Amino acid sequence: MSAWVAACVQAGLVAAVAPLLVGFMRAVRARLEGRAGGRLVQPWRDLRKLLRKEPITPTGAGVVFTAAPVVLMATSVLVAAAAPYLSTRGPLSGAADLIVVVGLLLLGTVALALAGLETGTAFGGMGASREMTIAALVEPTLLLSVFALSTRVGSTDLGAIVAAGATDPAAVFTPASALAAAALAIAVLAEAGRLPVDNPATHLELTMVHEAMVLEYAGRDLALVEWASAMRLSIMLGLLANLFIPWGVAGSLHPAALALAAGVFVVKLTVLAGLLAAGEVFLAKLRLFRIPELLAGSFVLGLLAVITSAVLA
Amino acid sequence: MNQVATALGVAFAVAGVGALAGLVVPARVRSAAAGAATTGVGLAGAAAGLCAVSGTSWQVHLPNLLPLAGVSLAVDALAGWFLLLVGGVAAVVGVYTVGYAGQSGHGPASRTALAMLPVFVAAMLLVPAAGSVSTFLLAWELMAVTSLLLVLSEHRHSPAVRTAGLWYAAMTQAGFVVILLGQAWLAAAAGGESFATIRAAGPGLSPVVSGGVFLLCVTGFASKAGAVPLHPWLPRAHAEAPSNVSALMSAAMVKLGVYGIVRVGFDLLGGGQRWWWLLLGALGVVSALYGILQAAVATDLKRLLAFSTSENIGLILLGLAAAGLWAEAGQPAVAGVALAAALLHAANHAGFKSLLFCGAGSVLKATGTRDLDELGGLSRRMPATTALVTVGALGAAALPPGNGFVSEWLLLQALLHQAPGGGTVMIVAAPVAVAVVALTAGVGVATYVKALGTGFLARPRSTAAGRAVESPRSMLAGMGLAATVCIGLAVVPGVAAPALDRIATGLRAGSAPLPSSGVDVRLSGVASTISPLWIAVGVVGLTVGFAALARAVGRARRRAAPWDCGDGPLTARMEYTATSFAEPLQRVFDNVLAPEQDVDVTHPAESAYLVRAVQYRRRLPDRIEARLYRPLIAAVEKVGRAARVLATGSVHRYLAYMLTALVAVLVAGVIR
Amino acid sequence: MGLIDKIRSIGRVAEPATEAPAQRLPAAAGLGGSVQVRHVDAGSCNGCEIEIGQAFSPVYDAERHGLRLVASPRHADVLTVTGPVTLNMAEPLRTTYEAMPRPRMVAAVGDCARDCGMFAGGYGVLGPVSDVVPVDMQVPGCPPEPAAIVAALRSLSGR
Repeated sequence: MSAWVAACVQAGLVAAVAPLLVGFMRAVRARLEGRAGGRLVQPWRDLRKLLRKEPITPTGAGVVFTAAPVVLMATSVLVAAAAPYLSTRGPLSGAADLIVVVGLLLLGTVALALAGLETGTAFGGMGASREMTIAALVEPTLLLSVFALSTRVGSTDLGAIVAAGATDPAAVFTPASALAAAALAIAVLAEAGRLPVDNPATHLELTMVHEAMVLEYAGRDLALVEWASAMRLSIMLGLLANLFIPWGVAGSLHPAALALAAGVFVVKLTVLAGLLAAGEVFLAKLRLFRIPELLAGSFVLGLLAVITSAVLA
Repeated sequence: MNQVATALGVAFAVAGVGALAGLVVPARVRSAAAGAATTGVGLAGAAAGLCAVSGTSWQVHLPNLLPLAGVSLAVDALAGWFLLLVGGVAAVVGVYTVGYAGQSGHGPASRTALAMLPVFVAAMLLVPAAGSVSTFLLAWELMAVTSLLLVLSEHRHSPAVRTAGLWYAAMTQAGFVVILLGQAWLAAAAGGESFATIRAAGPGLSPVVSGGVFLLCVTGFASKAGAVPLHPWLPRAHAEAPSNVSALMSAAMVKLGVYGIVRVGFDLLGGGQRWWWLLLGALGVVSALYGILQAAVATDLKRLLAFSTSENIGLILLGLAAAGLWAEAGQPAVAGVALAAALLHAANHAGFKSLLFCGAGSVLKATGTRDLDELGGLSRRMPATTALVTVGALGAAALPPGNGFVSEWLLLQALLHQAPGGGTVMIVAAPVAVAVVALTAGVGVATYVKALGTGFLARPRSTAAGRAVESPRSMLAGMGLAATVCIGLAVVPGVAAPALDRIATGLRAGSAPLPSSGVDVRLSGVASTISPLWIAVGVVGLTVGFAALARAVGRARRRAAPWDCGDGPLTARMEYTATSFAEPLQRVFDNVLAPEQDVDVTHPAESAYLVRAVQYRRRLPDRIEARLYRPLIAAVEKVGRAARVLATGSVHRYLAYMLTALVAVLVAGVIR
Repeated sequence: MGLIDKIRSIGRVAEPATEAPAQRLPAAAGLGGSVQVRHVDAGSCNGCEIEIGQAFSPVYDAERHGLRLVASPRHADVLTVTGPVTLNMAEPLRTTYEAMPRPRMVAAVGDCARDCGMFAGGYGVLGPVSDVVPVDMQVPGCPPEPAAIVAALRSLSGR
């Protein structure tokens, strides 16, 4: 199968599975909280309805407001197509560099933050300010985890890192790897806007970070933003899964291998999402000015991961 | 004849003509004449640089031009890179000046300012072209004096300009003295003042001499580059100078400090000891962090950009330090990558910083203010300027697909490389350096979201901003030129690869770091690649595709009032300001920034329990300036006052001083 | 471990769902089983608020029928309005309705929303909700039971 076709299939898979993953997480939380909860496909119903509603642009807002959801979606799809979820052999080896992935995700965040400022409302500015502060403080942890992972293979190419892990289990089950996984997990919580950094289900504007930036969006703009957010969560959970549990990723582009890899990938995502949702039941959101402490803790874990990998290598 | 020689000759000739024109021509056409001359000098310099990085080199010695030492010029690939950089920035600024300076004949359009502009550019071209110590120092001082005159262009405008000029003059001259000492010591120890002689004698110098020379030269050059803690002149001078001068200084002049460090450290002294590079790395780390933190909380747009320059210089110095350390550790391939990262970042920074300063100048000219808390709504009134500034901000924030991202990627690749033989120092220093680069990048993104979001988007926060009009075409053309260069470097940085390979091999600082880099950027010694072109195509293509799809599907868009929670219309007063946007970051880094707050409560005469007015003031002073420089200035003043007793006014006493000094020099000459 | 034990011992709290609703409102056909609800208190005594809160609580669990509460009217399909509309809340209610994207509906919950209830003629009261915004459905009761509220909203989601 051509590499380009495989990339498109992969992006389509991530786009299709992302809302289902959100539905699954809501279902797990509901069961643990004693509720019946909605169906797994409910987020897809929400998206379908939103695409049919009319989009609204506030007066005083310009092209940045309408462009931001599209840019967010574009960066999410690009990363979903390029990252090694199904196969370690992608068509865009230049875009599957770990630093590039971090940069593209940050580009999406910036687009949304600028849109929040463009609305000219106080909540939009508040959301943008908080989101950019958290994004700035998460960067060191992310790049130190990249550092720790790149020592496995001497390169930051995602496909090479995953392939090295799949062929050599000893490279995956090291103390450095465990520390890097812990650091990256906390960073993923912050980037994806989940508890304890941000509560995606809150209605109190003063506790919002991500939601505050999208209070003004309606219709298909909102559909794109929600879909892209779900995709970003799937992308990050998928990266966490494939970097630290790399078995099941195909080494070639054979259709059968890809189909098997897709199944394993969905299973891994489901397990991680279930763990995250179950964990969220026990957590409360941290106050905004306690979040730097959490991120500093994850930074120390990342630093230990790098030093351990250098000393024990 | 040698192409480099021709191009440089043309450049200097045009500079002379331009200076004359600036002095003589009437005010109506003065800006156009000086701007055109500056562009001419810039293009000629860039052409010289292009020839030099493509392999042509040139040496000449003109003994009769200067008494005692003569003028010696030597252009190699390294000099060519900086000639290209300075020439490019000058071309952009020249076009921009035509509209910016205007026809008033005052301030940036005065005779002095416009005559000095081409001379400043010529001096900046002379610095990399210098081939001997005396020529280098001459060019350096010429550059300092002309830039000082340009900084003071608007001195009638405000006292802040005069203070800025004073700080700049003092620190530049102090830096010059330090560089003079270092270079004179080097020339004396090497037995000759031409760079060729020094280069030959470099490896043979004793560690004390080379270490001392390196220390002195780095101090002087780092001060010119704006590295913290030698930076206090930079935010003042770059903020108070006219914006075209700020662009030249921030994008081109500070790079010549970097050039000096590369020339002395890598070329003339031939590498050297490990502690040099650790010191440089420490300087780089401190500059990067302090610079970006101050930029993040700055509300003055030009001060923000100036501190951002400090930050980028910090990253460049970090790259140079990494190059030196890897070369010491016997890893020439990675050393070459680090050097390439530093030089490419210098070029990228020149591109986006000149664009951003020109944009700040456009905003200042259109609204009369550069306070971000008073701007806003410019995307509707000045759409072309906003679009161009967005390109610059994307590059400055080091996000893909901007140009700053590629050089930052290169820098990270050089720092992430793990190799045996590094020792404990490298094991601890490398992750710290990566963490610093990452934090700097993160806070940098927040800074530029603040600058773009509060300065240009949403609604105007003051009447001045509400009355802005789009800039004249020449200013947009200058910015457009810079934007084109930024986009070119962002999408095909591979065009710079042969030049960087040549420089790295020429400096003996590494083997060709970027072999076979066409559309992709491939590294030697490191197994990572990146395709900036495909990233850009992917992002832009998918954005356009999704936008088209979104328009075709679904209902029509409606305009409505912003959702204000039901209670009354929103005013511009309710928008987030730059201060409020940066407040969470300022709180996180409270210990570094140490803001000072004053709350004044006035009570009515009747009762102290009632409040008539509350005034809240918050200042974010530059802590290093307050803790390091003010005591120093106070000490100097004290010494000066104490030394007054020497100057009583008695002629007999002064004659006695002169006699003593003469006798002392004669005795010293005889004894030695 | 206290929370895990509590989860295990309490188990499922939600009462079994009643039969499917008889009719789906024609205006709600385009929603396709997904209804986002935004609540506005236009002057109520909070009795209906408590019942609406219970409707979305674990016991009655309206989320299993495709209903979800949202913070912004821009995200909402239906506005649940309680209380007689007071003079001060008339304009905010209108603004909230205008801020919603089309297709949009209004559900008047409680007797006060329907005809001012026991507050009819009060000096601060403007009139029932239908005087300010067009009302698509009403839920009678003072206060209406959570089951009734869920049943009424289910006619919008059809599930």
